[in-house]
Amino acid sequence: MPTSLVTGNSLLAIDVGASSTRAVLFDVIEGEYRFVASGVAPSTAEAPFKDVSEGARNAIQSLQTIMQKTLLDATRSLIVPSQPDGSGVDSLVVTISAGPAVKAIVVGLLKDVSLDSARRLTETVYTRVVDTLSLGDTRKPQQQIDSILRARPDMVIIAGGTDGGASRSLQKLLDPIGLASYLLPEEKRPAVLFAGNAKMSTEVQSLVGSFASSVHFSHNIRPSLDVEDIDPAELELAQMFINIRKKQLRGLDVLNLWAGGHTLPTSYATGRMVRFLAEIYGSKKGLLSVDLSASSSVIAAGFKKKSVVKAFPQFGVGENLTGLLSHTTLEDIMRWCPLDVPPSVILDYLYQKALYPSVIAATPEDLAISHSVAKQALYLAMQAAQRDFPKDAAFIKPNLTPLFDPIIAGGSALNDASKPGRSLLLLLDAVQPVGISTIILDQNSLMPMLGAAASQNNILPVQVLESGAFLSAGTVVSPVVAAKYGQSILKAKVTYDTGTEASVDLKYGFLETLPLAAGEGAHITIQVGRGVNIGLGPGRGVKNMPIAGGALGVIFDGRGRPLDLPADPVRRRELIKKWNWALGGG
Amino acid sequence: MLTPVHHILGLTTIVRERLLPISGNVVVRVQQKVAAGDVVAETRWAREHTLLDVARTLKISTVAADALIKCQIGDRIKAGTEIASGKGMFPRRVTAPRDGRVVAVGGGQVLMEVGEAKMELRAGLPGVVTEVIPERGVVIQASGGLVQGVWGNGRIDAGSLVNLMEGPDTVLVPGRVDVSMRGSVILGGIIKSVETLQALAELPARGLIASSMPPTLLPKSREMKFPIMLTDGFGSIPMNSAAYKLLSTNTKREIALNAESYDRYTGTRPEVFIPLPVSSEPPLAVDVQALAPGVQVRMRRPPAMGMLGSIVSIKPGLTALPSGVRAPAAEVKLENDETVIVPLVNMEVVG
Repeated sequence: MPTSLVTGNSLLAIDVGASSTRAVLFDVIEGEYRFVASGVAPSTAEAPFKDVSEGARNAIQSLQTIMQKTLLDATRSLIVPSQPDGSGVDSLVVTISAGPAVKAIVVGLLKDVSLDSARRLTETVYTRVVDTLSLGDTRKPQQQIDSILRARPDMVIIAGGTDGGASRSLQKLLDPIGLASYLLPEEKRPAVLFAGNAKMSTEVQSLVGSFASSVHFSHNIRPSLDVEDIDPAELELAQMFINIRKKQLRGLDVLNLWAGGHTLPTSYATGRMVRFLAEIYGSKKGLLSVDLSASSSVIAAGFKKKSVVKAFPQFGVGENLTGLLSHTTLEDIMRWCPLDVPPSVILDYLYQKALYPSVIAATPEDLAISHSVAKQALYLAMQAAQRDFPKDAAFIKPNLTPLFDPIIAGGSALNDASKPGRSLLLLLDAVQPVGISTIILDQNSLMPMLGAAASQNNILPVQVLESGAFLSAGTVVSPVVAAKYGQSILKAKVTYDTGTEASVDLKYGFLETLPLAAGEGAHITIQVGRGVNIGLGPGRGVKNMPIAGGALGVIFDGRGRPLDLPADPVRRRELIKKWNWALGGG
Repeated sequence: MLTPVHHILGLTTIVRERLLPISGNVVVRVQQKVAAGDVVAETRWAREHTLLDVARTLKISTVAADALIKCQIGDRIKAGTEIASGKGMFPRRVTAPRDGRVVAVGGGQVLMEVGEAKMELRAGLPGVVTEVIPERGVVIQASGGLVQGVWGNGRIDAGSLVNLMEGPDTVLVPGRVDVSMRGSVILGGIIKSVETLQALAELPARGLIASSMPPTLLPKSREMKFPIMLTDGFGSIPMNSAAYKLLSTNTKREIALNAESYDRYTGTRPEVFIPLPVSSEPPLAVDVQALAPGVQVRMRRPPAMGMLGSIVSIKPGLTALPSGVRAPAAEVKLENDETVIVPLVNMEVVG
């Protein structure tokens, strides 16, 4: 029975990442939930440890040392609930992204309909699609069987059949899956999720039920041709994913036991938090969370009527880096690099970093290369995620990022940067926000943890968010405009609450900042030229709009959208260095 | 902070589990001595399947087809064997297209395994079988020198070690390879060209131990029939001094090269094992060790990537690195007496 978190006071959240495991304590201070402290330790999913609970215990121990509070007992088990002597915590939630991408086969009737929906569902957790089956598949059944046997999937996601629609076609697709599962050794059989025509459930159970490791059913994700409803199936898939991880990673069952079953994939928990925030703070603009870490890139976007979460292990900056070149070129990575290095240096970096995903950049040269790789990985993740953003999102142009406010950035790759300016430039280059957006850095990776806690205790995330646990990087103004380098495109004036003023004349191709500390009050007036759009329509500015500050103040990104880097490598490298300096990144 | 240990040991006892990916037969017994190339377990697996749709071919219902199917699960049948035959003066027939084994019958269909292949699991190192895991494999124990690598092409072999390195940063060029090295395991330094691999294949060599090679050579390396192990990584990284010293002082010895792929989750790594006679069993290699002053470490990223050093002190709290990143770090004295500050996550214990 899951522990009720509503009645508890303190809540410990553990996030098991590919490189680091983090333990974060939230507690009630002066009547409100607060982020208290966090402890970090290297993750222990990999050999020789092969036990994720060891890394979690080490992270909790680090937290104990910081707080001078006992959380583990003599056997290194978590003390839960808290004891009269003050030791322990009242409840625990766990999120996990560590582990190899789960191999999935996606099945749908029609390529552009149910198969696409099943793929979108599959991408909400850390998966690698190893095969797809649809009616358009020209392979013979035995070839499909051989392909499934070679792929050895951990899970099969099946969609298809509108509610009340035909069922025979789907049955044809299920035959090879049932036969292949039957031929696999029992311990290697995949878990199956059926999210199609509800009338087919009995048939699915009889065709694949006895040969799958488990069969799960959820609401039809494509109840009609023009309606997609993935949300209810996401939780079922998340639970399936955790069950697979429990088999793959020793120690997760222990953490899950401590957490009373409150264990979720990190991507799903982040998506839940974004959905929750979009509902609470819903505006015309969307809300975006990007997380770049060794295990994956996770993009979660909340819109008025829909939320989207995408986990891309192929765009992580760790063990999967050797596969990055299946999605991009060395030249595309090098375009972000301020150093004049041959492509082989980048190639060697990708392979060496894949060997040692937890390493960090200790030299300026290594930092420049690692940031170039990170930018391209996040850029690709954004491009891939954007294909599934709703068409009615607030776009200035369909080929650009929709309007988002705020944008929350987390993950080791974004928070590894020594200065917020570097993280911000990475984010601006990869995400390329448009209009006016507040940028928030989630330096303690709180988003998934709050998402995991949200369903149990909906007060905690709101109060923690409003308590300043996140680092505000500032407000970014990114006009959409086509102009010549150096041409004035925008004039802005910031009037501080103290009465003083500061102004900027933004020229195309430049990055400018005006100081405005976090918590400091100010209003902004922006005048734009004809054809310049800051999200309010071409040529429309703002007058005395309240504006939020942050570590970098107000940032004006006059580099245009989409960001068009000079083809000349010398000039490009010069500009990148200038932009780094403009944001204090050095 | 406990960190995994990368083994480069002059004398140790190692215990290795060797398992088939699917169930099969173990062909050795406990306490049996095995050589690196000996088969310890074997199995058969079918690479392909063929699905015979009897009902459709005979144009009858699936129930009627099931009644006509003459084979059963487990039957081994030859190509051309009749699976089912219709009725009438000129009945349609369904025959096995290839030799194979029936694995499923039902719904008017027959599924056969075809193209069966034998899979043999080799010991990978010379030693003594200490445990038999029924139907899966064995545990082998051995004593000797051990050098672990970071990448392997998945092959196993053994042979006499021939040293073609003049120092840790030697680049192996095809001209250094000659026919006298046939059947040997080559200690080769940095590999820069595909011609070098081809020259070794033409000998043929029994194996290659290299410090590094560009990632562009990996596809060709995977095609090679002999095992290839990289000790240090990708690009042009010299061989770390500990591996170089140990390997270069064991030339002409029979060594076992198990270039199995590195798997971070199972812990399998490519490795060279140098069997040595021992009077008593040396201690088992430890898998984890705490970072502490005096511990020998290898740098995994710049500065001094690939070099070995000794921890002088662990810095308290977070240290600002030249990149500006702040992280837990240690002061390390390198082999060349230079002292560098290295983040803890960028070093691994070697020993």
